[in-house]
Amino acid sequence: MGSEVEKKAVFDTEAAKVVVKELRESFAAGKTKSYEWRVSQLKAILKMMEENEPQIVAALREDLSKPELESSIYEIAMLKNACKLALKEMKHWILPEKAKTSLTTFPSSAEIVSEPFGVVLVISAWNYPFLLSLDPVVGAIAAGNAIVLKPSEIAPASSSLLAKLVETYMDNSCIKVVEGGVTETSALLEQKWDKIFYTGNGRIARIVMAAAAKHLTPVVLELGGKSPVIVDSDINLQVATRRIIAGKWGCNNGQACISPDYVVTTKDYAPKLVDSFKRELERFYGKNPVESNDLSRIVNSNHFARLSKLLDEDKVSGKIVHGGERDKTNLKISPTILLDVPQDSLIMNEEIFGPLLPIILVDKVEDSFDVVNSTGTKPLAAYLFTNDKKLKEKFVATVSAGGLVVNDTTVHLAVHTLPFGGVGESGMGAYHGKFSFDAFSHKKAVLYRGFGADAFVRYPPYTNGKLRLLRALVNGGLLDIIRAIFGWSKA
Amino acid sequence: MEEIKDNLERELLVMREYFRSGRTKEADWRRAQLKGLQVFLKENEVDIFKALNQDLGKHYVEAFRDEVGLLRKSLNLALSDLKKWMSSKERLLAVVGALAKLPIMAVLSYAEVVPEPLGLVLVISTWNFPLALSLEPMIGAIAAGNAVVLKPSELAPAISSLLVNTLPNYLDNKAIKIIEGGPAIGEKLLQQKWDKIFFTGSGKVGRIIMSAAANHLTPVTLELGGKCPAVLDSLSWSWDKEVELMKVMIKKMYGDNPKELHSVARIINKHHFQRLKNMLTDPMVEKSIIFGGSMDEDSLFIEPTILVDPPLESAIMTEEIFGPLLPIITLDNIEDSIDFINSKSKPLAIYAFTKNEKFRKRMLSETSSGSLVFNDAIIQFAADTLPFGGIGESGVGKYHGKFSFDTFSHYKAVARRSFLTDFWFRFPPWNNQKLELFETAYNYDYIGMLLVILGLKRSRMRFDVN
Repeated sequence: MGSEVEKKAVFDTEAAKVVVKELRESFAAGKTKSYEWRVSQLKAILKMMEENEPQIVAALREDLSKPELESSIYEIAMLKNACKLALKEMKHWILPEKAKTSLTTFPSSAEIVSEPFGVVLVISAWNYPFLLSLDPVVGAIAAGNAIVLKPSEIAPASSSLLAKLVETYMDNSCIKVVEGGVTETSALLEQKWDKIFYTGNGRIARIVMAAAAKHLTPVVLELGGKSPVIVDSDINLQVATRRIIAGKWGCNNGQACISPDYVVTTKDYAPKLVDSFKRELERFYGKNPVESNDLSRIVNSNHFARLSKLLDEDKVSGKIVHGGERDKTNLKISPTILLDVPQDSLIMNEEIFGPLLPIILVDKVEDSFDVVNSTGTKPLAAYLFTNDKKLKEKFVATVSAGGLVVNDTTVHLAVHTLPFGGVGESGMGAYHGKFSFDAFSHKKAVLYRGFGADAFVRYPPYTNGKLRLLRALVNGGLLDIIRAIFGWSKA
Repeated sequence: MEEIKDNLERELLVMREYFRSGRTKEADWRRAQLKGLQVFLKENEVDIFKALNQDLGKHYVEAFRDEVGLLRKSLNLALSDLKKWMSSKERLLAVVGALAKLPIMAVLSYAEVVPEPLGLVLVISTWNFPLALSLEPMIGAIAAGNAVVLKPSELAPAISSLLVNTLPNYLDNKAIKIIEGGPAIGEKLLQQKWDKIFFTGSGKVGRIIMSAAANHLTPVTLELGGKCPAVLDSLSWSWDKEVELMKVMIKKMYGDNPKELHSVARIINKHHFQRLKNMLTDPMVEKSIIFGGSMDEDSLFIEPTILVDPPLESAIMTEEIFGPLLPIITLDNIEDSIDFINSKSKPLAIYAFTKNEKFRKRMLSETSSGSLVFNDAIIQFAADTLPFGGIGESGVGKYHGKFSFDTFSHYKAVARRSFLTDFWFRFPPWNNQKLELFETAYNYDYIGMLLVILGLKRSRMRFDVN
């Protein structure tokens, strides 16, 4: 690739210290706070995307066998949109927000001012290596921070390309890429950051948060979970099936944080649903999906082995009703559906993150909520397909997840007015749109007082008269206040 | 201890079950609890004043101004705004935004953000405003619909006792529990899984709390402290005249014999008394005392004390004082105060007394703190439209007013679609034309889309990596 990025021999704690020190100096000098700087960096990302689309698509092909359309739309186009939105809206986002003031602080004016945290660390994931690296970075830049980005080593071609592109297009005194695995990440985590933004799994997230705790560093953790799809019976089955397929196999072959993980439907409706899946899957991917170019592969042999194990478990291997073909050499598993899977199976007790779709059966569709809530952990997303208004309402009221979608899957990702993030095991904090700006901003309360009126009631010596007046001020009743000032007792 | 731990786990399990029943989510439940707190404060005001006086030597007017009064104000606000806070207020905005901004493929969606409680939350309070710092977070937790466990500070035992013994009579004990105890109980509590932990206290303990929370991926709000500077611009006189003025004011407020007046709270306990005594009796520091300095260990009394230019490496200038000692640092130029402040960790608040517009602007943009107040001190605590919280060493997260509700809520994104329209280019098998359509859709380029569909737009150079 002709990369000119110098790969350091060992990126250890000392090296990490040096990087942080340089960024702190740049930040202290005020570079990243300037509006022009922020605009220039966002424009640089836009240019980076526009001028290197073929290379990005090729890197994603190499790392994930990701279909070109998925790369162009879900990584490049979405990223460009994030940049364009920030460029358009940033002038509004950075304005202080006026806050109302009340009698207790009269006379005064108050506002909430957004300021950057300072030097932030963004740790990205392997499944959408460009999007999940640069989307948070867009927010960090818009908010005026200096940034270290650590892309995932499990997508090495993308990591390498990102490092090269950032070095070429962006201001390296304020934005750096550090490549590597456990050693490098640990070295980075030992440093004091002003904010850490992590995308990945719950196990590593605990390590990240524990490291952050040593420095009281606030974190955003974008994790995952088992995102359920509840399917009611009186629906447009073909549309519903297509949307589930698009969200599952159409998103990196099920390796996405908000991919439908499993389906819950009634015993009566299940046969119809399975038939519909079979029909539409063949329509999209042909008779031999293992050879289709429209499906990402499994990212590496570790995950291939993990998914195989899920399929091979005794309780479950007999439940496959569609697919199940595997090609170990090319790391491909065909879209696989399992019917009536027991809830204590392996496949129902970890996030699948792959092209396997178990279907859980219930007697009545209302029972699905119990199934979903019984897993004990809150997923990043939950989906419901129904035309029943009451069911929709119950869904929103009783199912807790990062985000909910009725009658579709994954689309809420594209709505920048919706906060994107998890709750409980699926994460903490949110981003996208203005929420990205907010995630990387400290909201400072600022109160301006004049020297004019001074409330003598605040000061000692404390007397009953002052107490009466304070009471009246708290209750806000004008009559009470007047009474207290004149020393009249309440009738 | 094991027995206590098992009992605790069982109690918490029951509380979780109750939460799952959905009772605490109901608006009338939340209102009833908030009203219960109002009645508690009203009916027990005398006992509260007595307890605060016993624990801290706090005068009842100060107790009202800083604790009871503020809580009453917060409760009034929570009750009057509860319906607004609970509603999916974002719905309209999101729909409008959605219609205006969504790529055409999602144009038939409705989008809203729905607040929901996090579940079972832990509030750990502290000793200096033992009532306010216990109940203020609790107001937010209840308003947001959570089940709550409160651990008040053992260093303010009279208030802690009042909360454990009397408060339960006013609240739903199936969802709200108050647990007394010191570090041992604190540790047991931290081993449990919570849906949120709200902590007020020191940075040292804050780190322990956040580390424990990390085990369960529990989000935290940490209200900590720091060295809050007050920057005094020359205004219309020099600093030594300012000091003279301070001496006069102190005498006016506290009389010639502050110890006798009972308007000054005492030091909380012998440990803190000794800590402050050590700060003052450091020989390098003692020299710089220009007012006050007298101490009485028996009554845990330390006089309001002013020092000028104690050495910067001394404890009094490197640790949070948390006591009645006020060091004054003099500088050649007031602008140098910015570098001075920035050389230390970010405080909870900065107070700047100045009429200089330029200096004000520099303060605002070049320093960082939880809050910044011009020409006053402390009062931001009472402004419930301003977020109250720290940054860096002074804390994580914020509360007060609606921010309390927010800090104990999860804002759930909800998007709805109809079955009616779907765009065929959304689904594989993929080809160049579908890619073009997506691209024009994402660029909100509807004319472009039409041209592609009609076959009139020339496909731009595509590369073949398949």
